[in-house]
Amino acid sequence: MLATRVVQALPNAENVKRRLFKITSWNTVLVGISLLFSIPLAVVFGSLFFPEYEVWAHLRATVLTDYIGNSLALLVGVGFFSLLLGVIPAWMVTMYRFPLSRQLEWALLLPMSMPAYIIAYSYTGALDVAGPLQTMLREFTGWQYRDYWFPEVRSLGGAIAMLSLVLYPYIYLLARAAFIEQSVCVLEVSRTLGCNAFSAFRRVGLPLARPAIMVGLSLVVMETLADYGTVQYFGVSAFTTGIFRTWFGLGNSLAAAQLSALLLAFVAVFLYLEKRSRKQARYHHTSNRYSSLMQQRLTSGRGYIALIICASPLIFGFIIPVSLLINWALDTYAEVLGKDFYLLLFHSLLLAFITSILALALALFMAYSNRNNQSLLNRMLVRFVSMGYAIPGTVIAVGVLIPFAWFDNSLDNFLMENLSVSSGLLISGTVFTLVFAYLVRFLAVSINTVEAALGKIKPVMDEVAKTTGMAAGTIVKRIHVPMMRGSLLTALLLVFVDVLKELPATLILRPFNFNTLAVRTYELANEELLADAAVPALAIVIAGIIPVIIISNSISRSRPGHE
Amino acid sequence: MNNAIEIKDISLSIEGRSILEDVSFGVNETGIACLLGPSGCGKTTLLRCIAGFERQYKGEVWIKGVRVSNPTHHLPVEQRHIGMVFQDYALFPHMCVKDNIVFGLKNLNAKMVAQRLDELVMLLSLEKHINKYPHSLSGGQQQRVALARAMAPRPGVLLLDEPFASLDIELREQIARELRQILKHDGITTIMVSHNQLEAFAMADMIGVMNDGQLLQWDTPFNLYHEPQTAVVADFIGEGVFISGEVITDTEVKTEIGIIQSAATHEAEVGKRVRVLIRPDDILHDDDSSMTARVTDKAFRGAEFLYTLELDSGLRLMSLVPSHHDHPINEPIGIRLEIDHLVLFPDIK
Repeated sequence: MLATRVVQALPNAENVKRRLFKITSWNTVLVGISLLFSIPLAVVFGSLFFPEYEVWAHLRATVLTDYIGNSLALLVGVGFFSLLLGVIPAWMVTMYRFPLSRQLEWALLLPMSMPAYIIAYSYTGALDVAGPLQTMLREFTGWQYRDYWFPEVRSLGGAIAMLSLVLYPYIYLLARAAFIEQSVCVLEVSRTLGCNAFSAFRRVGLPLARPAIMVGLSLVVMETLADYGTVQYFGVSAFTTGIFRTWFGLGNSLAAAQLSALLLAFVAVFLYLEKRSRKQARYHHTSNRYSSLMQQRLTSGRGYIALIICASPLIFGFIIPVSLLINWALDTYAEVLGKDFYLLLFHSLLLAFITSILALALALFMAYSNRNNQSLLNRMLVRFVSMGYAIPGTVIAVGVLIPFAWFDNSLDNFLMENLSVSSGLLISGTVFTLVFAYLVRFLAVSINTVEAALGKIKPVMDEVAKTTGMAAGTIVKRIHVPMMRGSLLTALLLVFVDVLKELPATLILRPFNFNTLAVRTYELANEELLADAAVPALAIVIAGIIPVIIISNSISRSRPGHE
Repeated sequence: MNNAIEIKDISLSIEGRSILEDVSFGVNETGIACLLGPSGCGKTTLLRCIAGFERQYKGEVWIKGVRVSNPTHHLPVEQRHIGMVFQDYALFPHMCVKDNIVFGLKNLNAKMVAQRLDELVMLLSLEKHINKYPHSLSGGQQQRVALARAMAPRPGVLLLDEPFASLDIELREQIARELRQILKHDGITTIMVSHNQLEAFAMADMIGVMNDGQLLQWDTPFNLYHEPQTAVVADFIGEGVFISGEVITDTEVKTEIGIIQSAATHEAEVGKRVRVLIRPDDILHDDDSSMTARVTDKAFRGAEFLYTLELDSGLRLMSLVPSHHDHPINEPIGIRLEIDHLVLFPDIK
């Protein structure tokens, strides 16, 4: 009671008017970083001021409707199926006990480790005309190719299936967290008011989880719009493939940037819709009491039905494609595992390492400057820099390459004219460009993690430490570092793995003759050497499992009322 | 069977640990009963067993003449027609007050729903709040919404789990009295759970004191205080001390503070060693008394001081004294015993 009183007496943090801005040296650096990071966006939107009428007339006459139509179809399809694959198992593993339900709780996250382009390659290998399934079918029935109908993987429908299978975990994760967070009392109350298990889900569980599910859905939408590898491989004309084609096919970088701006407008609309739906439906939990979840035990028959329903996304999204990859890798590893492969691995790890360290350093700097100087400006700058995660890699690549190439060319021209020396390409086409693009895209990941960790260190703790006579350095060492260590490692690993998996920006920005695991996988798959692609693909998937473990651990630790 | 609720020999264990042992009681049609006991005594589990969230391995639960559970049959919660108010009310945060209240109303046309809503809103004075969302309500208002929601489908029995625990201490007794009036007005059979005897006294017609999974005494609040049947109940309800002594006659016990007399007779055998329960209101402050005791501690309670006193022998007593008698610690004050009836327990020695 006393604690409540003390808290009530404190000024309400939300009501304290934030200072608009306050200039400090930290703050100036923060503005500098934000300006640097705003270059890609500024270039992409700036391109709109230099209309390319001819190219657009051509695009409109030929492919633009395809880009928009296919991208919309992808969004609707992937959105719908990932909701289905995410929400239903999330509810079932939270509320019921059935065979393997405990294992499924975390295993359902595993498809997250699979980049969409890799699952696309493995299913194509299995289901294509020359793949084992169709070959077997022909041998068994004596049919010839074209004698029978078989679903075409390399199609819009196939892309929807592939993306849904690897993106549903976002929804599963957030829906499950929301279901767990719901006070069990609320569900029990609905039972005392005459609801059976299903109507309790429909009338109470689901509506309460809706805001969280919407957040998951918006992540799925962003990832779907950002996908390049899958749609490219399946020959589906979407925005990202269009940007590539406009740049490298039509050779028009400005039009590519304009197309990127259009794609970003799409993303912005969805971000806005998501924000709005969250604002309207931010439910304050009325109950802080978490009695332990009483999971209902399903009897044998119903238990096995539940097992089949919940295991399907895992089987199709992880077990089957990974088995296929392992199968191919066993055939080819002897040839693939050579000097070339280790060089690939080294390149990938190097990029991931540099980026994750830099991202962590930047995130720490931004989070601390935001903590020490809570002006509106600082908050907005940090939010702004975190927006990169919503920008597709293709768009970032376009936004980075145009200004860097311009800079290099101008410098070269200037030097040639005045000193007759050629500087060549100084920054574009270097690892620096690539790392910068990665930072623009993934800095949000480390900022969010670091801010969350720092947020747990309440200013009161600093004040308590100060009263005991600790100096600022000691406070950081004795209080901040021990409290944040785990989260900092998490931030590092999450960015690391994201960089390993990244495809489109790497493809565009990598230095000449500089290959990574992701790019090599892509190249081999496009040369129809799927079996050879299996080893690098598996390496990426294995790395991708790391963040899944981190996420699953952090959830089980933050779970109220659940063993 | 006249009782609206009949609990027969309920024994229940969770994960091999015995939680309830042979608990039986009954509550009549318009009765308000309270299960009172320290935390962990099994009272909430018993309430949840009546609701149907827990299953007993022995015994039966009857609600309105229907056996809703025995060890082999278990009517699901949603078919028991009960209303339950949870400790923190568990209002549906995604619904406004009105939608919360009518949540459980089924098979009723719109007019009947509106009518029931109006009745409850009037009864619980929620007129101004029906379109608000739960988070904007105060604790007391949330409680009334939760009560209205539970009462809306006219359940056979209303179960309240620590209904006052989430309220400010100052408000609890007042709200308890208001709640009692509302429940009595509606005539609904109610069982509540509490660890606070003052709340229990303010609300209930009958109180069951529980400890360690057992129901120790099922009685009126007055009897629990004045005629506790076990030393545990005497210790738990109200304040007091036990003094050893020997029974001399059917109205007198000889103790180290002299012979204690009561107006009423008791039934203990003459010559038996007993312990006498002395409540703070049995010890009166009297400046003229020859017996004195030293003040060792005092707690201000507004109208009264609760003094802890020590006799020369080292024996400690408690006394409730009007607060204008303000004595400093260590001062000896005169005391006098005035006991209406003796509460005796067998001596442990």
